[in-house]
Amino acid sequence: MVFLKDLWGFLKARRKFWLAPVIVILLLIGVLIVIGGGSAVAPFIYTLF
Amino acid sequence: MNILGISAFYHDSAAAIIQNNEIIAAAQEERFTRKKQDSSFPVEAVKYCLEEAGLSLNELDAIVFYDKPILKFERLLETYYGYSPKGIRSFITAMPVWLKEKMFLKRLMFKELEKVEKFDKKKIKLLFPEHHLSHAASAFYPSPFDDAAILTIDGVGEWATASIAKGSGKGISVLKELHFPHSLGLLYSAFTYYLGFKVNSGEYKLMGLAPYGYRDSEQVKEFISLIKENLIDIKPDGSLWLNQSYFNYATGLRMINEKKWEALFGLATRKKESDFEQVHCNMGLAIQQITEEVVYKMAKHAQELTGSKNLCLAGGVALNCVSNGKLINSKIFENIFIQPAAGDAGGAIGAALSAYHMYFEQPRESTEKADHMKGSYLGPAFSDKEIENTLKKYKAVFQQLDSFNDTCEITARNIEQGSVIGWFQGRMEFGPRALGNRSILGDPRNAEMQKKLNLKIKYRESFRPFAPSVLAEKVSDYFEMDGDSPYMLTVQPVKQSVRKPVSENYQSLPMKEKLYETRSTLPSITHVDFSARIQTVHKETNPKYWELIEAVEKVTGCPMVINTSFNVRGEPIVCTPEDAYRCFMRTEMDFLVLNNYILKKEDQPNWTDKDQWQEEFVLD
Repeated sequence: MVFLKDLWGFLKARRKFWLAPVIVILLLIGVLIVIGGGSAVAPFIYTLF
Repeated sequence: MNILGISAFYHDSAAAIIQNNEIIAAAQEERFTRKKQDSSFPVEAVKYCLEEAGLSLNELDAIVFYDKPILKFERLLETYYGYSPKGIRSFITAMPVWLKEKMFLKRLMFKELEKVEKFDKKKIKLLFPEHHLSHAASAFYPSPFDDAAILTIDGVGEWATASIAKGSGKGISVLKELHFPHSLGLLYSAFTYYLGFKVNSGEYKLMGLAPYGYRDSEQVKEFISLIKENLIDIKPDGSLWLNQSYFNYATGLRMINEKKWEALFGLATRKKESDFEQVHCNMGLAIQQITEEVVYKMAKHAQELTGSKNLCLAGGVALNCVSNGKLINSKIFENIFIQPAAGDAGGAIGAALSAYHMYFEQPRESTEKADHMKGSYLGPAFSDKEIENTLKKYKAVFQQLDSFNDTCEITARNIEQGSVIGWFQGRMEFGPRALGNRSILGDPRNAEMQKKLNLKIKYRESFRPFAPSVLAEKVSDYFEMDGDSPYMLTVQPVKQSVRKPVSENYQSLPMKEKLYETRSTLPSITHVDFSARIQTVHKETNPKYWELIEAVEKVTGCPMVINTSFNVRGEPIVCTPEDAYRCFMRTEMDFLVLNNYILKKEDQPNWTDKDQWQEEFVLD
């Protein structure tokens, strides 16, 4: 909940409301990936995420 | 006012604690967990910082994390959205990390802080300054300047990959930013990968390799023009644009599009640990020169924007000592201060200081003469009792001397006789460099020392140079520099009077022949291009190290020692007496000096542990 509150605050402060549907869709896909058990190993890359 | 700064979850986790204007303690988590560049939450470093400050979590006014996770998350989503469907693999890899952990950073931090001690969550104020603001604050607030231009350059923070800011009194205002995916740090990392080094840790090896390139050769010129025509567009203000068709980091899990690079340069990606050819050195020199050009242009633009005569530098690229040296020599600025922990670890200090001065609006103390980093000796120190307990535990044979003066005299004689010394004194350094408290020392006049240190002590690549620690008062006798370099962050030429004549075809000699040619009366610290990465040692910040080097001068006539970090390849720098003893016993070091305790290798019991460093540490 705290995260959603922060996220809303961020969208409001930066006036990036267009990002809201993108975030919702990507988050839903993300949740599916987590349920699917994706791993997080990225050995050849600068830590970008 | 007590503030804890934290850097975590990306490269090099660290914690720092400030009390009002004073930095009380700072340490990287890797030193405690013994995992190189440990990125986990710095539980041990936080414990140490609180202990050093004599505080509990409940007594803190704020805990400050060094970047803004929401903004970073936005960058990720916008990037994936912008490149979709291309970035799906990276998206699949990144999302679990975010959805399980990073998105709930506040909760995660509270959970991790519970491992430190029990505390009242309601009492804790959590703050999140931007990544490049943390870098800027880490460089400006501890600097001796009332006003300065601030330049930060790294791989990437949230969106920014470089920034120009102006620091004045207690305020910092950001004037310009360069945004992801266009990044000098990522470009350098891409070449680090292409030349067979590990991204995030091999960048300094690439910097050491570059001087083996044939300066002004056709191949270097050709590489530079290929890079500029195809990979990067450098604008007059130092901002840059990277042709993303050659890079993979924004959407994939590798730095570069290897097929395109191999077709462009006619050179296969070098395999890790394979032999170096001249072409690799030439490529290294090409990207080093481009980096220097960009840094110079950014700095010049920062000067134009701010009109200041002072510059503060931070971000991973500020650890490029060769580029720093060129910037200092360019005289764009009268004074330059570089944060010794310029990488992400230093963000912990910057985060805490930015909260203190910008959020809580507390005034800044001006020093004008010295910086506030205390020589970067901000880590734990160990008492004689603690050292003796460790030595007894390992049944080590040792001699305890009565005075530090005796310790220096004996150690100086041992250095003069060609021995390699493990030197462990006082508080551990904060940042990537060992500055004379956790160092391995040798005689720079000894031509065999570079080979011996690389192959028998550090077990690392033979091409890598070593740095000198020289008494600050004598630096201009040996090097073409007048100023100070207390944090070993600048490379300058060895003086002509110290150099020796080299073969006529020296410039075109193959790498190994060039390496073993005696170039100066200080062969072990003179790199193949007659440069050295200098640390000036100051009596005010490290009296013990200063005294040792003075003792060395009495014996050898040379006020200098080789200083390399006290560790083996892939190992974090030693923190405790136990780490030091284990490292000593696993390498071919001759003596170990801990405070006033001296240990000779041949007197020690067999190392029955049989633990080999190769099994414990992953090569970097």
